[in-house]
Amino acid sequence: MNAPLPRRKLRVATTSLAGCFGCHMSFLDIDERLLDLLELVEFDRSPLTDIKHCGTRGPCDIGIIEGGVCNAENVHVLQEFRRNCKILVALGACAVNGGLPAQRNHLDLRDILATVYQTEAGLAQGTQIPNDPELPLPLNQVHPIHEVVKVDYFLPGCPPPADAIWKFLTDLIAGRTPQLGHGLIHYD
Amino acid sequence: MSEPTFTLDGREIPFAAGQSVMQAALAAGVFVPHLCYHPEFRPHGSCKLCTMKINGRHATSCTTPAAAGLEVESDTPEIQDKRRTLLQMLLVEGNHFCPSCEKSGECKLQALGYELGVLTPHFNLLYPDRPVDASHPDVLLDFNRCILCELCVRASAEVDKKSVFALAGRGIRKHLIVNAESGKLGDTDFALTDKAAQVCPVGVILPKKCGFCVPIGQRRFDAAPISQHVDEFKPVAIPGERA
Amino acid sequence: MNQHDAIQAVLARHGNDGTRLMQILRETQEALGWLAPETLTAIARGVNWPRAKVEGTASFYSFFHTRPLGLYRVLWSDNITDRMLGSVELMQAMCQKLWLEPGRVSEDGLVSVDATSCTGMCDQGPAVLVNYRAVTRMTPERVDRMVELIRSRTPLADWPQDWFRVEDNVRRSDILLGNDMVPGDALRACLARGTESTLNEVKAAQLRGRGGAGFTTGLKWEACRNAPGKTRYVVCNADEGEPGTFKDRVLLTRQPDLVFEGMTVAAYAIGASKGYVYLRGEYRYLLESLNSALARRREAGLLGKNILGRSGANGGFDFDIEVHLGAGAYVCGEESALIESLEGKRGVPRNRPPYPVTHGFLDQPTVVNNVETFAAAALIALRGGDWYKSFGTPRSAGTKLLSVSGDCERPGIYEYPFGVTVQQVLEECGAGVGTGDTQAVQISGPSGITLGPDEFGRRIAFEDIPTAGAFMIFDLRRDIFDVVRNFIHFFAHESCGFCTPCRVGTTLLKNLVDKIAGGHGTRSDLNEIHNINRVLQAAAHCGLGHTAGNPLAHTLEKFRPAYERRLKSLEFEPAFDLDAALSQARQMTGRDDAGAHLANELETPR
Repeated sequence: MNAPLPRRKLRVATTSLAGCFGCHMSFLDIDERLLDLLELVEFDRSPLTDIKHCGTRGPCDIGIIEGGVCNAENVHVLQEFRRNCKILVALGACAVNGGLPAQRNHLDLRDILATVYQTEAGLAQGTQIPNDPELPLPLNQVHPIHEVVKVDYFLPGCPPPADAIWKFLTDLIAGRTPQLGHGLIHYD
Repeated sequence: MSEPTFTLDGREIPFAAGQSVMQAALAAGVFVPHLCYHPEFRPHGSCKLCTMKINGRHATSCTTPAAAGLEVESDTPEIQDKRRTLLQMLLVEGNHFCPSCEKSGECKLQALGYELGVLTPHFNLLYPDRPVDASHPDVLLDFNRCILCELCVRASAEVDKKSVFALAGRGIRKHLIVNAESGKLGDTDFALTDKAAQVCPVGVILPKKCGFCVPIGQRRFDAAPISQHVDEFKPVAIPGERA
Repeated sequence: MNQHDAIQAVLARHGNDGTRLMQILRETQEALGWLAPETLTAIARGVNWPRAKVEGTASFYSFFHTRPLGLYRVLWSDNITDRMLGSVELMQAMCQKLWLEPGRVSEDGLVSVDATSCTGMCDQGPAVLVNYRAVTRMTPERVDRMVELIRSRTPLADWPQDWFRVEDNVRRSDILLGNDMVPGDALRACLARGTESTLNEVKAAQLRGRGGAGFTTGLKWEACRNAPGKTRYVVCNADEGEPGTFKDRVLLTRQPDLVFEGMTVAAYAIGASKGYVYLRGEYRYLLESLNSALARRREAGLLGKNILGRSGANGGFDFDIEVHLGAGAYVCGEESALIESLEGKRGVPRNRPPYPVTHGFLDQPTVVNNVETFAAAALIALRGGDWYKSFGTPRSAGTKLLSVSGDCERPGIYEYPFGVTVQQVLEECGAGVGTGDTQAVQISGPSGITLGPDEFGRRIAFEDIPTAGAFMIFDLRRDIFDVVRNFIHFFAHESCGFCTPCRVGTTLLKNLVDKIAGGHGTRSDLNEIHNINRVLQAAAHCGLGHTAGNPLAHTLEKFRPAYERRLKSLEFEPAFDLDAALSQARQMTGRDDAGAHLANELETPR
């Protein structure tokens, strides 16, 4: 009667929005522990799998977001993750508070576009602001992901150290509220 | 006659005449979160991180005189939660981008965030526009990180006798200014050796030419959390303090 | 006179005294139009203060400007009562006629139009200040005419004088407003009685402060008298900034002698020789008449050396009063912030202890009381404590002036003995007549309490509903959410910024309420309001922060549907308008295809 519940593997999706993939690299820095992790989880949409959309193979348990929200595509991807993931995690400085891309926020986007594509010295003749409908439009400001969707957990750091990511995920998978403690929480 | 005491989270804390609740706690080795307090200056009472419940009422412990028999609560979930909220307010008010800040690892705002487990700014970020001032040959001012604790204001006026800094504006528009018609630090008599250059708890007042000189891992709060630095915050005699 | 001479003249008038900086800045600005960087440098040199400290003061107050704001500066009072009388539409019309955006100066530097916190004309709004002179009862016709006068650069002195008329609108008088005391009689009674027994009469009267907090006046005076100090000060708090309050304006208009006499009684009781009236900048128009009243009293021997001809050796005393003007900062109604301002500094509340009764103005023992408190003290000095105590309730002696405004037939000043019910006030002022029932009353201003109809039986008294006097009425046509939104904008604007919770928290509250107003609110935003409010109540530095969330807390409790019907969803909504966040990119690329827009709803599952 004390038989453990049959454990299915948890589905985990990851993506990088306005980020540099540094958080994903730090994730890979868990090294051989990745194999232990794969005993417990299977990856849905992620740079590791090249699956293009999450949720197409059923709902995900954990969605991990690197990067902030700087353009319309980021909004769509983030909303797709929120729709399809039971738990959404902001991973790293940019997802948590906008990070490096948000350093443009004190500038007017119109000035940035004009400078980069129209008035900067050295531009080719006839260069104009790209307006192809295929391209996602940038938002007036960069936002952390909690301003766009509800976020359940936050793991700061630029990037968060691999040990912090490991501790965080193993706690979460084991059903514990993640506890980081000194050395694992940092903002830089 | 034994020293008078009050109770802090169930522990007897002795105090000397004239000490605040916070000073007595620090002297007894109990860490109290703070940003605007500095042992060499009179209490300021603006950051509110040291808020405690004193005889059942919330009060700023750095400005509340210690008194025999006080019942004080500090390390309770309710109070720590309010402190976290205050830190989050500061984090959304300014532009705190730690990865590019030379003060990272030495910053008290950051260290308190770690201490209290602040994982997110939680509120919506205000992203204020605060230009930096690089006009001084030896010092950079990055107002993006200013938390308005006034330590530099006080140090420059009280110790350096220069009054290089002051606050202007009101409410959320309050900001640090320097004592020059141009508004530039380079047009003041500020010097890197001033006390005011040493007291910023965050990364506003930075010496030029030595960014990131301490490697990650060896910085002030890398080895031990801020709560284990309690000895550094113990009260000392304040120059010019009224008896 | 050139700029330099003008500044030097002002400095000389004030003895180059930095503690008089507020008056120096105001008079310089009145002479030069604005406070230019070089003006601040010259003033700093003149008073021998660091320039940054002078700039710190100049930039703290709404009525000082460190950039030019036009030959004519029109400020629309933005209390909810002004809004209910159409101020928003009138201001908009004025801006349109002048081709102006609010807050911007016209290209030719002629005029700027903006909103300002309640100017204390709630019974005769919508009100404006033109170059800091009060104009009441604005109408579309007055807007048209005013725009013409501005365009033709007509000096204010040639504007219709009727516009500047401020009515007293006294609707009900009792012992205070109905008194017929001859100036000097209370002082004569004091001198006959002696200091100790004057103090005893005030204590026996059980007079409590009329500014709202209700500290026992006699105890305050006694503590001040007993505090060691080189000298003592009496300060009259006429910084009536709480939106919806205007009774001090009426007292200072009709009964200045009673107020000054009360201050002089206090001076006699505590041993002070100097007094200040800190008059809010919005009441600048009262300055000349108050100064004349002071001059009359000096002439009559009621102020100055040897009052009533009695020398110090003979049991008499010296005392004089000066009126200092504030410059648009609600927080200066807090007594220690008021003292800071009186000393020429930023109006930031001090850490307490020590209290002003021991360390007040210039670090000396100081009594700060409300205008109405001094007026009552004068009557007590004349007629005795037992007489005064016979009015009101056992725990709230005397009468209270109420400033009634909002949805009623007869807004104005009502003086009642303490203990009057809210219902009785509503009936006597004609609330709800012809417009539908009263749905709420806001007592003691935004920082006070919001009452719903089931509470109209409650009483105005320290033991039930204490109040500084504001009594704003809202009938069923009003949306309580609009009221609260106006209040939280007020607090965010008026926070001094000293402490973290109030500086940031009031802005976060404002942003949350604006989010709900914009149709993007959720239940979690309502919870967030509660959380922030709890931090404000626990950790804010002064009463402003402690009470800033009151209107939200009260109305979330009593008028929750006013919020709920605005919520977009129960779960989560983005903090900002997603589609609007693409506006600049759309403008720059010229795109308007489907991909150039974002739905503000979370997309439905495929």
